[in-house]
Amino acid sequence: MSIEVRNLTHVYSEGMPHESLALDDISFRVEDGEFVGIIGHTGSGKSTLLQHLNGLLKPKSGSIIIDGTDITSPGVSMREIRCKVGLVFQYPEYQLFEETVAKDVAFGPSNLGLSQEEIDARVEEAIRLVGLDYERLKDVSPFELSGGQKRRVAIAGVIAMKPQALILDEPTAGLNPKAHADILDMVNTIHRTESNIILFVSHNMNDIARMSDRILVMDHGRLAMNGTPEEVFTREEELKQMGLALPDAMELTMRLRRKGMNIEQNCLEISALADAIAQLRG
Amino acid sequence: MIRDITLGQYYPGNSWVHKLDPRLKIIATLLYIVALFVVHDFIGFAIAFLALAVVIAISRVPLKFILKGLKPVFIIIVFTLMVNLFMVKGDILVQFWIFHITRQGLRMAAFMGIRLVLLIIGSSVLTLTTRPIGLTDGIEALLSPFKKIGVPAHELAMMMTIALRFIPTLLEETDKIIKAQQARGADFESGNILRRAKALIPILVPLFISAFRIAQDLAMAMEARCYGSGIKRTRMNAMKFAKRDLVGGILLVAFLAIIVLERVLI
Repeated sequence: MSIEVRNLTHVYSEGMPHESLALDDISFRVEDGEFVGIIGHTGSGKSTLLQHLNGLLKPKSGSIIIDGTDITSPGVSMREIRCKVGLVFQYPEYQLFEETVAKDVAFGPSNLGLSQEEIDARVEEAIRLVGLDYERLKDVSPFELSGGQKRRVAIAGVIAMKPQALILDEPTAGLNPKAHADILDMVNTIHRTESNIILFVSHNMNDIARMSDRILVMDHGRLAMNGTPEEVFTREEELKQMGLALPDAMELTMRLRRKGMNIEQNCLEISALADAIAQLRG
Repeated sequence: MIRDITLGQYYPGNSWVHKLDPRLKIIATLLYIVALFVVHDFIGFAIAFLALAVVIAISRVPLKFILKGLKPVFIIIVFTLMVNLFMVKGDILVQFWIFHITRQGLRMAAFMGIRLVLLIIGSSVLTLTTRPIGLTDGIEALLSPFKKIGVPAHELAMMMTIALRFIPTLLEETDKIIKAQQARGADFESGNILRRAKALIPILVPLFISAFRIAQDLAMAMEARCYGSGIKRTRMNAMKFAKRDLVGGILLVAFLAIIVLERVLI
């Protein structure tokens, strides 16, 4: 399984007075099992890009190749693509609708036309995978849960379809620090157990730096950077011009360097920076 | 897809028509509609058509945009044409089976068709060139004389403003929910009517919940700002009658005079 995007261009409201170029000639490739972070200022085209990856939006030009199939060519089964690429939107808890948690999680798998036993098994597995107590919560109304729990149920609804690529659009937005950390742990657990591709959008640079194998940086509809966290976060000036911050540890490293401290490593985490400073002190 | 609905949409612009006082525009639209029913021959319709064409030309709203507004009411227009064409009694021109077309029917159908099209275009010019807020402010101002007999003008205008304000928000919300359920493999396009109606549940339930959430947030925000309509409120942008409104008013009176004269004399 791999995802390849070639020269993708998308225009919103084409032919209207408020026409705008949302994606401008984007190309990149994601390999099997990769964890890719996507960052960019609000309105830079991140969400538009994600919606192309499972065929919810159609590009103006360019191609999107999922597992060897170009999904922009006619006659491709969208159901199959959406089974392969799972997309969790921002605030996914607003899409819950069923009477019980188990029924809501089952919505995705039953749309795939699986057998009832298979559906039940997947529902249980997905609810456990997002760190919820299956026995206790399966018959509870999703609307009675806390914000963090609702979000887990919504994510479970996508995971139950067993996508080979899971896309998460700001899964931690608007959560308290505890729920935030829990969701990140959950994403890591899913990535390890399912060994799938994960595309993760976030405004939190610390999360992005810590979790990603690779980072895509979007700016005004263009793909501005594509590299490892270290490659991306050492381009401080460019990032700041796009209105993006550095991870805290990297920011501190840069400032200490400017003050004359001779820190050689590019520290993406506070512990790494602490070690580097300790080494410097001897 | 769902964002492409144009009925009642505002077309941003800076023309003379855009800048006219909303109160004048509302009155003009109402009188224009009345005039369309005063007219009873083709010369009158030609005058009404010409007047509307001039206004559209000045407003610089593209014709394509205006004609788009006709699309949703197309069926109603066709239905009206058919009813008039076949139902009016008089001198028979063509006859087949139980249907017969009369001279009077043909004339009536043509009249009704032109009337409806001009009516719809005329009122869509109002919404295309007036911001929704201007529109509701205008309605409030026009209704305020009736406050004395207990018409809650301000409350009505506020409700309309809020309703208009949240149309795009709810459309966006609907769009998002549809996409999210599609991402979970939902299928809204195939199957019989019953299946399709059932397929709407995953959209309608979250949409209702969102609508209530948004309404609650708004009520809270208004409460926090001590909103109340009881006391005499002043406005940040008070509407003032400018010179151009006087010109507009004179043109309106002239138009009405021509229509009435045409009716009486010809």
